[in-house]
Amino acid sequence: MLKVLILGATSPIARGLAMRFATDGARLYLAARDPHEARRIADDLEVRAGAPALAGAFDAEDFSSHEEFLRNAVGELGGLDGVIVCFGAHAEEERAQVEPHAALSEIAQNFTGAVSLITLVARHMEAQDTGFIIVIGSVAGERGRARNYVYGSSKGALHLFAQGLRGRLWKTAVHVMTVKLGTVDTRMTWGREGVLLSISPERAADLIYRAYRRKSEVVYVPGRWRFIMGGVRLIPERQFKRLSL
Amino acid sequence: MSAVATNQVSRIPSSNRPSAEPKARRDVLAGWGRYPFAECDLYRPEKLAELQAVVARNSRSLIPRGAGRAYGDAALNDQNRVVNLERLNRMLAFDAETGVLRAEAGVTIAEIIDVFMPRGFFPPVTPGTRFVTLGGSLAADVHGKNHHRASSLAAHVTSLDLMLASGEIRRCSREENADLFRATVGGMGLTGVILELELKLKPIPSAWIEGELIRTANLDQAFDAFERADEKYDYSVAWIDCAGGRGTLGRCAINAGNFAAREALWSRAAQEPYRIAPRFPLAVPFELPAIALNSFTVNGFNTFYYAFSRPSAHRFFDWRWFFYPLDSIRNWNRIHGRRGFVQYQCVWPLAESRAGLSETLEAISRSRRGSPLTVLKKFGAQDGMLSFPMPGYTLAIDFPVTDGLFEFLDEIDQMVLKRGGRVYLAKDARMRPEVFRAMYPNLPRWQSIKAKADPENRFSSSLSRRLRIDPE
Ligand SMILES: Cc1cc2nc3c(=O)[nH]c(=O)nc-3n(C[C@H](O)[C@H](O)[C@H](O)COP(=O)(O)OP(=O)(O)OC[C@H]3O[C@@H](n4cnc5c(N)ncnc54)[C@H](O)[C@@H]3O)c2cc1C
Ligand SMILES: NC(=O)c1ccc[n+]([C@@H]2O[C@H](COP(=O)([O-])OP(=O)(O)OC[C@H]3O[C@@H](n4cnc5c(N)ncnc54)[C@H](OP(=O)(O)O)[C@@H]3O)[C@@H](O)[C@H]2O)c1
Repeated sequence: MLKVLILGATSPIARGLAMRFATDGARLYLAARDPHEARRIADDLEVRAGAPALAGAFDAEDFSSHEEFLRNAVGELGGLDGVIVCFGAHAEEERAQVEPHAALSEIAQNFTGAVSLITLVARHMEAQDTGFIIVIGSVAGERGRARNYVYGSSKGALHLFAQGLRGRLWKTAVHVMTVKLGTVDTRMTWGREGVLLSISPERAADLIYRAYRRKSEVVYVPGRWRFIMGGVRLIPERQFKRLSL
Repeated sequence: MSAVATNQVSRIPSSNRPSAEPKARRDVLAGWGRYPFAECDLYRPEKLAELQAVVARNSRSLIPRGAGRAYGDAALNDQNRVVNLERLNRMLAFDAETGVLRAEAGVTIAEIIDVFMPRGFFPPVTPGTRFVTLGGSLAADVHGKNHHRASSLAAHVTSLDLMLASGEIRRCSREENADLFRATVGGMGLTGVILELELKLKPIPSAWIEGELIRTANLDQAFDAFERADEKYDYSVAWIDCAGGRGTLGRCAINAGNFAAREALWSRAAQEPYRIAPRFPLAVPFELPAIALNSFTVNGFNTFYYAFSRPSAHRFFDWRWFFYPLDSIRNWNRIHGRRGFVQYQCVWPLAESRAGLSETLEAISRSRRGSPLTVLKKFGAQDGMLSFPMPGYTLAIDFPVTDGLFEFLDEIDQMVLKRGGRVYLAKDARMRPEVFRAMYPNLPRWQSIKAKADPENRFSSSLSRRLRIDPE
């Protein structure tokens, strides 16, 4: 039975992924900042998919707790075959653009927190020579934009980190997948202006799950973002900075 | 086995989260009838703590909203706040022995069918569309085609958790906080937000309905046929022609049935009794001109009426066709044109039903305002404070919004009122407050319970202001 740890399990995208893994018989550990909320999602999986799921707490910003958290989670799961890194934060972008501690906190939630956890996970998987790590990035990480560059730069850094890790682990059977996610209709985009081409979290989860089954390494979700971002990258900086994107 | 106990109540967000309340989206909303529209600040929490912040950290008027299938202004709050519960849709526990499901308010009837029909269970009560939430259905205390046997949805709900204006969560049942329970079912979201509830599902032997389609030439025949059908069948409903002139007014096609026993099914279906092949949904892509309505529904009626060549056809129905004939046409509410429509649903006490129905049908037929296709159904016993049903006959009919319609419906209101009947709030968009008051005699008692639960009257809606439901 596949044993999968989901970090940031209260995201609706994570919930959709959990449902797909559970339906295919995986055993899940749902980790979130709010463990009561994770427990409710675990209960939902049990009722709908008939698969028991564990729930527990972690905080991406609390680096010193990560090692113990992971040891406990792996212990409770009885092993670890896969990890989905789905946590992230975007709500405080405006404040982060003017207050350093808010910027650093956002970067910890999107990047350094992920680095800390992925590094521990990678060590575990390299030792067992198998496993998968799904890293949820964002098309916002493809180019710095006035509207969301603190978030964007942390996601961009996450892409590079995952890319490098993939390079290090390619000789093992550890599958590292980077998901470059377009806009999804969740709390993160609710009520924000200029949100285009949004898809539902269920659809996002479906596409991510399919990419995982195909063993994709880098995937745009949905696929049209590959072309959109290809175009966006081509715009010369002089013009790009003037666009209110 | 898990790190956290299931029944613990979630805490307010931790300090590292933004302290501001969740973001709202400015939205123009309507009910299913697309009349009226209202500009609202719409929230859509995905976590309990977020909902708690929406409810308790802001004192501006708020109303919960489910799938927006109420026809009128029940889930609207013009220039105020609306909280959509659709993302709080976790199923929390199921006991296959008793059939009791504990689920959050955002779970839909469609989801329950998807998950539980393969296990041999069906919602105990379902409205004529499955795209409604449990919270919205309980707040309107909905009825189904089995009301004469099973009463309304609340009869199958053993307990509910209600979030009050303070953010406090209170468990309500017939034993615990019984007043609040009775005021909340049928209370149109005005006592607080229903978070989760416990519902007893109905065991079914198969996914097929075995029954008959009975055609009657006039109302007297229809009443007789209903009496007979209701003795034999759990489910019954009639499509009634109210466009026709003298000759055809009151023509009915009564659809009645029970879930079919496995032994009754043909061999292929008996092997997989809960499986029915999926069908492709149709859609009405945009608002049709109002003219399209008549031919659409006249044909609709004739389809029902002439679907079977023999007057009484024993047969099997696909559950989707039987319970949800309109769900296969997405956005069918657009057929009534740009100005939208209202659905008028009323009920008469049993003794007044025959006379009430024929006088009303004649008035509607003379006015030529109504859609020719309407629904007739017999109700049984009913409990509750603001719940709509009462033992008797109920009629539901669509009216495209046109000049003079509301004056006309005011007249119909008086005809219904004088016979001791009432109008359904989940469908209403235009009733007058004094009429509402006369039709719902329990209102003062309801108001005193509401005043205790929500002393600052934070939960209110376009409907509650229009009908002056809120305590003064
Ligand atoms: C095609 C069609 C057929 C129908 N057939 C029937 C029928 O046969 N019988 C019947 O009874 N009704 C019927 N209805 C009406 C429908 O069942 C009710 O209006 C029901 O309330 C809709 O549920 P909803 O989730 O869409 O709620 P909404 O329309 O979003 O809200 C309805 C009411 O519930 C309140 N509410 C919503 N969620 C909550 C919550 N979590 N806590 C507290 N209050 C809440 C709202 O404030 C509002 O007052 C039908 C509607 C349609 C469109
Ligand atoms: N929505 C989009 O348009 C979009 C686009 C591209 C990429 N993404 C990415 O997709 C992922 C899921 O996002 P979403 O849209 O589903 O939004 P979401 O619901 O807000 O999900 C973010 C998740 O991260 C968790 N989280 C934040 N900070 C944390 C911390 N310090 N410790 C632990 N968990 C923390 C949140 O937990 P809490 O509930 O405790 O806050 C939440 O579960 C994110 O990585 C996001 O960047 C989203």
